[in-house]
Amino acid sequence: MKYAMVIDTLKCVGCSDCVVACQTENDVPVGYCRDWVTESVSGTYPSVELELKSERCNHCENAPCVRCCPTGASHQTDEGIVLVTADECIGCGACIASCPYDARYQHPDGYVDKCTFCAHRLKEGQLPACVSVCPTKCMYFGDLDDPTSLVSKLLKARKHKVLAPEAGTKPNVYYLI
Amino acid sequence: MQEEIFISGRNIPKIDPYLEVWHFPISLYLFLGGLAAGIIFFASLFTILKKEKEVQTTIKSAMIIVLFALVIGLIALFYDLTHKLYVWQLYTTVRIESPMSWGAWVLLFVTIGSFLWVFSYFTEMFPKWNWRFEWIKKLETYFIRNRRNLAIILLPLSIILGIYTGILLSAFNARPLWNNAILGPLFLVSGLSTGAACIILFSKDHFEQRLFSKIDLALIIIELALIIHMLMGMYAGSAVQLEALDILVGGEYTVMFFVFVIILGLIFPALLEGFELMGYRVPVAIPALLILMGGLIFRMVMIEAGQITRYLY
Repeated sequence: MKYAMVIDTLKCVGCSDCVVACQTENDVPVGYCRDWVTESVSGTYPSVELELKSERCNHCENAPCVRCCPTGASHQTDEGIVLVTADECIGCGACIASCPYDARYQHPDGYVDKCTFCAHRLKEGQLPACVSVCPTKCMYFGDLDDPTSLVSKLLKARKHKVLAPEAGTKPNVYYLI
Repeated sequence: MQEEIFISGRNIPKIDPYLEVWHFPISLYLFLGGLAAGIIFFASLFTILKKEKEVQTTIKSAMIIVLFALVIGLIALFYDLTHKLYVWQLYTTVRIESPMSWGAWVLLFVTIGSFLWVFSYFTEMFPKWNWRFEWIKKLETYFIRNRRNLAIILLPLSIILGIYTGILLSAFNARPLWNNAILGPLFLVSGLSTGAACIILFSKDHFEQRLFSKIDLALIIIELALIIHMLMGMYAGSAVQLEALDILVGGEYTVMFFVFVIILGLIFPALLEGFELMGYRVPVAIPALLILMGGLIFRMVMIEAGQITRYLY
């Protein structure tokens, strides 16, 4: 089992529904967010291109945050989800500094918090909150080890990329381009 | 081609617009940790070489400074944690791949060792002091007999402590300024140099001052070479490293780095120490204080500038 998220940048309209759904589902404190939308414009007028992306923790296979955590609070499950155990976190900030995606933040209660791929929802057979609310259905979630899953098929059929592959983190959030 | 990136819906404290998760206490700790490592290294080395009599300040009063440095450093570290009540979790596990984990263990052992060291010299330094309990006196005799063994343990630990302050930063590939392998040796040499400067400052013995002036001069030359090595490495690096280099050379931290660290903190005190060794009269406190100041500012620059650098994607 290897969970992955696939996001279609061609279908995303940047509405930020995924952000709000996550904040509501996970009781994210006001002013913080576990996922966010980036908007990048490239090219020179008149040939400009706009790309919208919903970003979050990439649940990297080679996660630098897990490697540098001094207590083992940051850990990886067998399904490849990177999680933080709040009761083991000392709030040193090493994982925040180690993340090339700046996906982690210090919760006002002191521990470090981030996207969990909605692990609590997955246990009940539901999709992550962000995926389930997306109005354009541009987000997909599933098992990459299963060649028949929707995410495996999409990655086989479509051109895709991951964020900062040069960082060597082997991300598990893919963007269809 | 022009590229612009807007990030909407996100302004997380301490991360946006750039990382600010480590503050002055961490720089102070890295400085004090390096300084303590330097003094312990020299104290242990001269004890192992059986030259204690010639470096009395190093093995006695400088080791008291080590205790203050370590305790203040530990308080600074603790102060910068945000989930403070869970700090004991650090000592429930050893994680070799996390420099902070083994660094915390080394720091613990070095602190205990340094306290035992000062304890073994306590009655010698304060002859009027009388331990009231017989068992403390017995313990003291035991450690006085085992000073050399303590030095043999502390020597490698001090090197690890000194080098760890740099490896802690170089382990983060997400921050290109920190992510260079030279940072460990550089912080170690800088720590040894500030340790030597501290001994020069507190020593009243002319021989000891001269000895450490010579050692310090050599260390400064090595440190300058390592800094050049670091800058050259970044200059030959990838786009993210070139961006990191820009901050130190021509960017925001250029004055801090070149004026306060390289010129006032290394070259100028090296010249003063050189003149002094050639026979000119130079108050030794001036180069020593400049080196200490340079060491602290160097850590501040690296901590703050490093957090501005990031991956471009």
